[in-house]
Amino acid sequence: MLRIMRNKLDAPVFTSPFLKPAGLALRSYSSSAKQMTVREALNSALDEEMSADHNVFLMGEEVGEYQGAYKVSKGLLQKFGPERVVDTPITEAGFTGIGVGAAFYGLRPVVEFMTFNFAMQAIDHIINSAAKTNYMSAGNINVPIVFRGPNGAAAGVGAQHSQCYAAWYGSCPGLKVLIPYSSEDARGLLKAAIRDPDPVVFLENELLYGEAFPVSAEVLDSRFCIPIGKAKIEREGKHVTITAFSKMVGFSLKAAETLAKDGIDAEVINLRSIRPLDRPTINASVRKTNRLVTVEEGFPQHGVGAEICASIVEDSFGYLDSPVERIAGADVPMPYAANLERMALPQVEDIISLENILKDVDENQGAPTSNEDQTPMMPLGVESNLGDAFHETETWQLNGASGLQVWEEVFW
Amino acid sequence: MAQLTRRTTDLLKPFSAALSSTRLLTTTSTTPITVETSLPFTGHKIDPPSRSVETTPQELMNFFRDMALMRRMEIAADSLYKAKLIRGFCHLYDGQEAVSVGMEAAITKKDCIITAYRDHCIFLGRGGTLLECFAELMGRKDGCSKGKGGSMHFYKKDSGFYGGHGIVGAQIPLGCGLAFAQKYSKDENVTFAMYGDGAANQGQLFEALNMAALWDLPAILVCENNHYGMGTAEWRAAKSPAYYKRGDYVPGLKANGMDAFAVKQACKFAKEHALKNGPIILEMDTYRYHGHSMSDPGSTYRTRDEISGVRQERDPIERIRKLVLSHDLATEKELKDIEKEVRKEVDEAIAQAKESPMPDPSELFTNVHVKGFGVEAFGADRKELRAVLP
Repeated sequence: MLRIMRNKLDAPVFTSPFLKPAGLALRSYSSSAKQMTVREALNSALDEEMSADHNVFLMGEEVGEYQGAYKVSKGLLQKFGPERVVDTPITEAGFTGIGVGAAFYGLRPVVEFMTFNFAMQAIDHIINSAAKTNYMSAGNINVPIVFRGPNGAAAGVGAQHSQCYAAWYGSCPGLKVLIPYSSEDARGLLKAAIRDPDPVVFLENELLYGEAFPVSAEVLDSRFCIPIGKAKIEREGKHVTITAFSKMVGFSLKAAETLAKDGIDAEVINLRSIRPLDRPTINASVRKTNRLVTVEEGFPQHGVGAEICASIVEDSFGYLDSPVERIAGADVPMPYAANLERMALPQVEDIISLENILKDVDENQGAPTSNEDQTPMMPLGVESNLGDAFHETETWQLNGASGLQVWEEVFW
Repeated sequence: MAQLTRRTTDLLKPFSAALSSTRLLTTTSTTPITVETSLPFTGHKIDPPSRSVETTPQELMNFFRDMALMRRMEIAADSLYKAKLIRGFCHLYDGQEAVSVGMEAAITKKDCIITAYRDHCIFLGRGGTLLECFAELMGRKDGCSKGKGGSMHFYKKDSGFYGGHGIVGAQIPLGCGLAFAQKYSKDENVTFAMYGDGAANQGQLFEALNMAALWDLPAILVCENNHYGMGTAEWRAAKSPAYYKRGDYVPGLKANGMDAFAVKQACKFAKEHALKNGPIILEMDTYRYHGHSMSDPGSTYRTRDEISGVRQERDPIERIRKLVLSHDLATEKELKDIEKEVRKEVDEAIAQAKESPMPDPSELFTNVHVKGFGVEAFGADRKELRAVLP
């Protein structure tokens, strides 16, 4: 295998300790924990980073005088002036290109899209001008830019304003794609993104802007940063791993609470980073729980869940007690009518009603056995909706030296 | 009489400075000469500059040598492409050399240039070496982008050259972004964003121009109008092919792009304007002898007569040759010697580039990010080809 030298890790940054798990509802308040909305978190992150580095500037529609279309940049124009908080005309291709060009020169732009749906007009600059330039120039020109804005569905905004772009940007080498859930995520990841020397796509969520989360003193410190590429285990569990990002983390946590009442202990992973994807954390979790459910708001085909599923199948196939379940948005453009819209997006009930999980757990009277004393064979009790593929795999495993070698690689 | 003078000059070279009756100017002299541009400038919402351009013998000789070098490089690239040593795209600039050379004469390396994919000569003009050019074209590790970019992706940030872009028109907003950054940093320098008559119709040009004008950015948009956008003539692509006027509220200037001095004057004028008043559009009326790229013969949409006509009447190197001869700065033979020297230099660079090895396989995974966080990246066979991004 081809390996290249791993550099020494940079000086450690503050990371947030795991929020201590399970029993506690995640929004528990101690008298010392401050409440902060995601909006405030983003605003404070922008404020601090712009204060710390004169090269950081904000650019986008309504970011200045309007105080931000969603008030994320409230007060910044007053504090930093129109040179650093730049209101642009409604010309995404133009101002995104200008932002990337400024980053070429050495500034650190934060380009705001009113939603990522509009970023499609500028996607050539995000991918071809920003993501690929460091590679094409062999390191001569790097692009320290952040593209941020709301992503995914809002409420009742219709098909053209509701798409989730995590999978699209997540497939591009050269980009980093971050997607916060809580205020702590929002602050830490945005600060990390602005400090990062590479192009970062920062996918927020409009419906989360107003939600408040407790934040510790450490999170409020101006040096606070969350490492890029590390997922967070929001809730530890034993029976099933649920991966989610953005708003779906909240839904998954609610689902986990309900599942807990039925004796199913779900581990909820907040991905935080779509690219790089924290494969080690997800794999370690699945090797512990043996079951995986991926949750996302976006379209199912070629989605984030598909990539996670493929990754688990590659690295932890033998540890799976049941096929990976994907929960995603409906494979339709987003409808407007409230009932149809509700059907088009994953709801908490969808995450809970997982037939395989409940079936397996019931059969094994509450807790599936751990993997340690099992011989590495395909579990027999599984409903093979894999069908013929399953049997083909079995044959492949037993015949042929190369098949056995790969098998060994997976298991030993 | 002239011949006698010349011979005397040859013999008396060391004393030529003292003898005022023979060659007044040596090729290293910086005594100013004034030349007239071949055609007047045309202005749009601006008073055009004068046709008289100050130059020096040194500059004239440099123009000749630099353009001869560029011409020779592009012809050599043509042969290399046909020999299959260069793959993929190869867009040649021969015929347009005066634009690069004239521009460089008017600006410094602190000013920025950004262009599209016809970038070999611009890169050379910005200080790139022949070896870096040829090695990059052949995909070798001594190339300016270590072989990972190719013909369309030459860069040289330390000399203010920001590429080398394959997407038509994308370089214009990027160039306005460079100008934005220059203004933000209070640098007192300008950016030249170059594009062709094909790209002149791109929407993002007008989006970027609007913002450049709104914010008074020191951006100069330079349309290298070689009259063909790939195979489509300008009259078939643009309702209004007066590209210097397309800026509407932004002033424009049209110059003869085959005349290095006209280009120099226009760029000097534009730089002064941009630093005080914001964006300006320059249209350089130029011509490319080759087709759009090496896969285009260049003769299906224009006649060979047209091409040879331009070569005879308007060739930029011939214009300088005539100027050099008429100002008595060098003999025909000396100029031919320079061309031979240039040819030799190019041949040597090619030989050296051919020796350069291909990039190491580990380079597949380098430079994806500046900071890779130790993340894994995979090749086609995910078990075999993988690396950790540093």
